[in-house]
Amino acid sequence: MTALIRMDQVSYSYPVRGMVLDQVDMSLFAGEKISLEGGNGAGKTTLLNILVGLNKPKSGGVFAFGRERKVETDFIEVRAKAGFLFQDPDDQLFCPTVLEDVAFGPLNQGKSPDEARQISIEVLDCLGMAGFEDRVTHQLSGGEKRLITLASVLAMKPEVLLLDEPSNALDKAARLRLIEVLQSLPQAMIIISHESTFLDALVTRRTRLERGKVLDL
Amino acid sequence: MPQFLEHSMTSWRGQQVEHKQSIVDQFDPRARVLATVIFALTVVFSKTLWLPFLGLLMAFAFALSASLNFRRTLRRMIAMDMFIVVMVLMLPFTMSGDALFHVFGFAASKQGFIHAIGIALKANAVVLTLLSLVGTLEASTLGHTLARLKVPEKLVHLLLFTVRYLDVISREYKRMRKAMKARAFVPKNNLHTWRSFGYLVGMLLVRSLERSERIFDAMKCRGYCGKLYLFDTMQWQQRDTILLLSMASFAVFAIASGAYVA
Repeated sequence: MTALIRMDQVSYSYPVRGMVLDQVDMSLFAGEKISLEGGNGAGKTTLLNILVGLNKPKSGGVFAFGRERKVETDFIEVRAKAGFLFQDPDDQLFCPTVLEDVAFGPLNQGKSPDEARQISIEVLDCLGMAGFEDRVTHQLSGGEKRLITLASVLAMKPEVLLLDEPSNALDKAARLRLIEVLQSLPQAMIIISHESTFLDALVTRRTRLERGKVLDL
Repeated sequence: MPQFLEHSMTSWRGQQVEHKQSIVDQFDPRARVLATVIFALTVVFSKTLWLPFLGLLMAFAFALSASLNFRRTLRRMIAMDMFIVVMVLMLPFTMSGDALFHVFGFAASKQGFIHAIGIALKANAVVLTLLSLVGTLEASTLGHTLARLKVPEKLVHLLLFTVRYLDVISREYKRMRKAMKARAFVPKNNLHTWRSFGYLVGMLLVRSLERSERIFDAMKCRGYCGKLYLFDTMQWQQRDTILLLSMASFAVFAIASGAYVA
């Protein structure tokens, strides 16, 4: 079985922070839910950014969905197939209303406005957020924002989910709800998180990013 | 920075419009924006005094039909009229003409005085109409309306992003300001104060820039390629046409009456 996404000997360094990824190998297979743990500034977010081409590796290669991805145009397809959930929901929700935000991805994929609206309403319904379509995004609570960003990613029908601290700043009820939702999703996932209770409920394999290397736990 | 100034700078409550539903809300936002534009142009180009005065009366009628909150509207009008007052005081002395009276040897001209009154009437008429017809729209609805009226996309995006992120940035500002207060910072007129406020503003800029980069990344992740799609439920009805036609006939009446001839 070939990996959905694979990193081959990837290195990345920042001018001031120095080397954060040092010849990293990592693979994600269908049906897997991998955790990515590690200290602050270890480079976890950078690793996900590299997978979807937001940062370009200094050396090494990214293979995703069957072929190597090198330049910006290669990654457009990767981003459609690998839904990326950002750490801060406010970075992701930029449209005035929930419906527009969720429909943004499908519209970019060339769906008609009616189809996009249909898909968005279905996804929202699926996450138990029906009736939120016309709510104004910045007036939502933290937990609601999180689920709406998840909806906006799922509306693109991705095969892989990359979640950057999804349970950050959520209260207990919202966290349980998120776990429930994520458990029910069939997509392979890479989840960045520090919370072991959250991870225990979800992941099939645990990894840790330490001193530039990804280690299996 | 004085408390009240700081408040007015950052007390942005998103796009919540606290206003009661009124007749004005039954009109299509596009009709309201267009009617306001026609009205404003008709009034500001007038060379007579009676037309701006008529305009002001009309503006009061709009304000009544929009059932604007009296106190809030007054506050906003006064904010603008502060500038107008300064101008009304200055203009008679800076425009040449028949001397009306003298102050410290400077002559106040009759023409300047009339001109100043004209500007005051125009400004109040236009601003009051704007507050009644456009100010009662939610900010994001206004963005959608402008997009529908074929205003350049970049400007519409700027407005929508401002609406969306003003609140986030103002919360960031308040958070940092609170952190300063929590460490016993009290603004005084000294170097430390000015330097600290400089850091505050600088940090706000840096954070906003970083956030904008993250937002752009998030948009790219969802396949953004230069186009925003807007959903709205605007429907042009007969009464919108009537509103525009009556505004247009006001303009025609103004032209026919010779209000633009000096």
